[in-house]
Amino acid sequence: MAMAIRVFLLLLLFFSSSYPTFSLYEDQIGLMDWHQQYIGKVKHAVFHTQKAGRKRVVVFTEENVVASLDLRSGEIFWRHVLGTKDAINEIDIALGKYVITMSSEGSMLRAWNLPDGQMVWESFLSGLKPSKSLLSVPFIRNVINYRSSVQTSLKVDKDNLVLVYSNGCLHAVSIIDGEILWKKDLTTEGIEVQQLVQPLGSDIIYAVGFGNLPQFDACQINAKNGELLKHDSATFPGGFSGELLSVSSDTFVASDATRSILVLISIRDGSISFRQTYISDFVQDFSGTAVLLPSKITGIFAIKIDTFTVLIRVTVEGKLEVVDKIDQGVAISDVLSFSEGQQAFALVQQGRNKIQMTVKHSHDWNSGLLEESIEMDQQRGLVHKVFINHYLRTDKSYGFRALIVMEDHSLLLVQQGEIVWSREDGLASVVDVTTAELPVEKDGVSVAKVEQNLFEWLKGHLLKLKGTLMLAGPNEVAEIQRIRLKSTEKSKMTRDNNGFRKLLIVLTRAGKLFALHTGDGRVVWSLLLHSLRKSEGCESPIGLNIYQWQVPHHHAMDENPSVLVVGRCGYNLDAPGVLSIVDTYTGMELNPLGATHSIVQVIPLPFTDSTEQRLHLLIDSDQHAHLYPRTREAISIFQREFANIYWYSVEVDNGVLRGHVLKDNCILEVADEYCFNTRDLWSIVFPSESEKIIATVTRKSSEVVHTQAKVIAEQDVMYKYVSQNVIFVATIAPKAIGEIGSVTPEESWLVVYLIDTVTGRILHRMIHHGSQGPVHAVFSENWVVYQYFNLRAHRYEMSVIEIYDQSRADNKDVWRLVLGKHNLTSPLSSFSRPEVITKSQSYFFTHTAKAIAVTSTSKGITSKQLLIGTVGDQVLALDKRFLDPRRTVNPTQAEKEEGLLPLTDSLPIMPQSYVTHALKVEGLRGIVTMPAKLESTTLAFIYGVDLFFTRLAPSKTYDSLTEDFSYALLLITIVALVLAIIVTWVLSERKDLQEKWR
Amino acid sequence: MAVKQRSKLIFLKLSLLFSFSLLSSALAISPGAGDGHTINGRVKIPSLGAKGFALPGKLSDIKVILNGGQRVTFLRPDGYFSFHNVPAGTHLIEVTTIGYFFSPVRVDVSARNPGNVQAALTENRRRLTELVLEPLREEQYYEIREPFSVMSVVKSPMGLMMGFVVIVMFLMPKLVENMDPEEMRRAQEEMRNQGVPSLTSLLPGAARS
Repeated sequence: MAMAIRVFLLLLLFFSSSYPTFSLYEDQIGLMDWHQQYIGKVKHAVFHTQKAGRKRVVVFTEENVVASLDLRSGEIFWRHVLGTKDAINEIDIALGKYVITMSSEGSMLRAWNLPDGQMVWESFLSGLKPSKSLLSVPFIRNVINYRSSVQTSLKVDKDNLVLVYSNGCLHAVSIIDGEILWKKDLTTEGIEVQQLVQPLGSDIIYAVGFGNLPQFDACQINAKNGELLKHDSATFPGGFSGELLSVSSDTFVASDATRSILVLISIRDGSISFRQTYISDFVQDFSGTAVLLPSKITGIFAIKIDTFTVLIRVTVEGKLEVVDKIDQGVAISDVLSFSEGQQAFALVQQGRNKIQMTVKHSHDWNSGLLEESIEMDQQRGLVHKVFINHYLRTDKSYGFRALIVMEDHSLLLVQQGEIVWSREDGLASVVDVTTAELPVEKDGVSVAKVEQNLFEWLKGHLLKLKGTLMLAGPNEVAEIQRIRLKSTEKSKMTRDNNGFRKLLIVLTRAGKLFALHTGDGRVVWSLLLHSLRKSEGCESPIGLNIYQWQVPHHHAMDENPSVLVVGRCGYNLDAPGVLSIVDTYTGMELNPLGATHSIVQVIPLPFTDSTEQRLHLLIDSDQHAHLYPRTREAISIFQREFANIYWYSVEVDNGVLRGHVLKDNCILEVADEYCFNTRDLWSIVFPSESEKIIATVTRKSSEVVHTQAKVIAEQDVMYKYVSQNVIFVATIAPKAIGEIGSVTPEESWLVVYLIDTVTGRILHRMIHHGSQGPVHAVFSENWVVYQYFNLRAHRYEMSVIEIYDQSRADNKDVWRLVLGKHNLTSPLSSFSRPEVITKSQSYFFTHTAKAIAVTSTSKGITSKQLLIGTVGDQVLALDKRFLDPRRTVNPTQAEKEEGLLPLTDSLPIMPQSYVTHALKVEGLRGIVTMPAKLESTTLAFIYGVDLFFTRLAPSKTYDSLTEDFSYALLLITIVALVLAIIVTWVLSERKDLQEKWR
Repeated sequence: MAVKQRSKLIFLKLSLLFSFSLLSSALAISPGAGDGHTINGRVKIPSLGAKGFALPGKLSDIKVILNGGQRVTFLRPDGYFSFHNVPAGTHLIEVTTIGYFFSPVRVDVSARNPGNVQAALTENRRRLTELVLEPLREEQYYEIREPFSVMSVVKSPMGLMMGFVVIVMFLMPKLVENMDPEEMRRAQEEMRNQGVPSLTSLLPGAARS
């Protein structure tokens, strides 16, 4: 034992001899990491193609990104991710050089420079009744009817205005500097504005909307000064549903309160006239309700009846007539005006393997401008949105291109019946990530094939050697970089010895599963999950998590690995769940498991059946447990372990923590042997007036701990309390639930607990006074690190709690070991109530954290690093040694030898230890680490709006040669040595001979 | 080219504004509508545009974050930023950008006497008289490759091996030279008795012959 300790100490010394920061040379970018930039599902797009020069499209997305894309390639020119509470409502381009965004329900108006994305100005539009801001319509002159001719019409205008209706007020803002020129409060008029219209060439703005719902109001406002010229109102006896569409500058369409009558409203000549039409009059067998689809097309509008979309035209006489009735899957673009007074719109219909795009004149339904059918990958799902733009062909005729947003959130540019480019923007909204192994290399395919011949190989290495000796010229440096980056080795589709090549299985919010190759980040396969698509039984399905379903190694090698995708129909916990199993080699959905019960919790059990399918326990909202897979074998394995299965649940709203255990089979109407009743074992109720749960964290179940013993100074040993069943809970004062700055330190506190989830025993409790959330925590081995905000110091603080098992402390006695009186081999059980001690320490940390994770390696020997996602969307690797509660201000000599660092009040931030180096992972949301086969190495995947993947070695790669290891130098040395041996041998032989002759 | 010109412009503007900011206080918290206040401040990066690796145009990538993500705002071309409708209390402002390290700033917005504002860097507790945020230091994310030196080759395992060989080859004869001739002869005698170790004797066939 003592020997082992000594060896371990030596090893430790060896590892800790240098500050192992993650450091990277500039020429190593892209060798082990990749970075992908996304924007998210496009909500609206505005083209900028008028001027010569670069053609762009400006978009804003569901991820709250405003971006300018290259229309030729789809690349991002610039983009900005706005704050989460500052949702973008509208965008437009003004004066041909500014992008105007309106966000926060119309309270914020910003202008961005179109070429480079620099913010030009920002205006805060306050309303008198900010709470009443139900609607906002940003309005750039003539935008509704002549969206693309904004530039020309504005140039004519002297005062370049943006009109914004928000918080009950109409604002006119100067485009040049964002100054609010005038503001008209319309709440006093009792009108909720639905549309703003400005007829071409006039200084009058019409603001139309509803007063009290049966009443329709129209206000005429002078665009120069905001003066209210006229206020008309009229009452419609049937009432309104609240929707209003404009079909021309003086005609509007609304539906009545029952949604069965369409009302055509005309405000011609200062008077309001209604004209009602029963939908049943022109749509056959209409029953139920009709929904007006928001559209901006002159003369045509669309309504949705059941699954049908009905296009209706408004004739000059004010009559309505149906022009088309389309079953499902249709997207309609806004109107586009090209050449003199011509207006067109696009209609995209869904086919089986293709989509049908039609571009028509808005006033002449019968003649189509363009009809194209485009091949479409079925994995992209339905067409959700379409935006069109025109261009001048060489023969002076007009061509049209369309930007299409699909169900899987991807963005495509379609021109001349072809997809010019596509962006997989679904990857901007990753929900969950897991990994899958690649297939094992088959016999017959040798690695040598990939290598070039020996000469080439040697040449490459000589070049590398030149590079390391800094003798290479710029051309050679470029050549070296090219060789390194293109290395086919890293993107092969087979498993490697080091375990660097894997598949990242990523579930996105669109319900699409992607398999990304860790080598270069390319999409290997993608699958739009059937069970997570909108269907009749499932209106708003959401994907929740991915679990490892089947990971074959030893005796089921011919099985393909698969993952389990868990989803739910709707946001309520009692909504029915959906399950789906996907083969990770082929990307095929295997038999979807139709779960009829709800899914509140999924517990992967530590048991597998003969085909290595993992047993999962799914808890529904009625506290029943359901066993999956539903096989006889699974149930027999399960019965054996029946009494040993414990789990816990957290009720955040009630502040209750409960422990559960299985009871017996369910008694339902239909016999179900895979269903079990459960009972509560224990519960902890936090006092609701003083504590509110804000964070709970447990250990990763897959984590491997190498040793329970921790060798400390003077050959002493401490035993880590390593238990799978410990949960970290953080609660704060209910008052402090808000943002930083909303409470005083006196009325805020943070309480942290370590609780055993089997017995409900509270192992540790600690209060941080004057602190508040948000709390980010990570639990690994026997320690927890958590971050919170210290209100007194007004800084973020990071604390560490380490928990040690005192009951094993006596084992240090060598005599007891010799006599066999130790309890080292006794199993660790929650029921034995071991005596534990905890150590804790706190440090300041500069940045706000968005996520915290810890590195994990295959054997757990390598020291750990914390990966902290900072507010600047970077990820910092921080050695766990900085968060060691045994740190003191003046460590003793022995402690120094152990590698204990002197205590400092704040954690160091070394720029070289940013794993994302000079890149940003915009909108960072999560960090996932997974072990490689090589013990020193861990793989890290960071996701947000962007994706980033890298390979980390927390203690440097002590078990493999570095990337820039010079084989050539080794070879030269060996050759030189052999030569030397031969020469000396020859010399000695000759000398020997001379000796003999003498 | 266009980018370069613009960057120069920004730099000029920055330096111009610096001279003005001495006259007019950049720190301004003005009472807005209702109970909200407006915090105005400025970010100043002295070397922006003059340095190679912080590319020009980076100004547009600087974000100013209030209270850990509650609000996010961007800089205007002149480096100014503002947060509107901020309630009274103690707030935290962070500036994030690639290449520079900014200390978070604690800003007290007092409800009793609007306009009276206190700001301090949380890293070093330095008080700010005006809300002009400057980076504490530049951040270099990459290790610098050390230029080729003889020492690095010597220090490498191969270098050590070579060094050892050299020592054996050149120093050993010297040692032998300094030896007493008597002793030398005796040693040679001994060696002869044992047989001369040579490569041939090590080969498997040599033993038989």
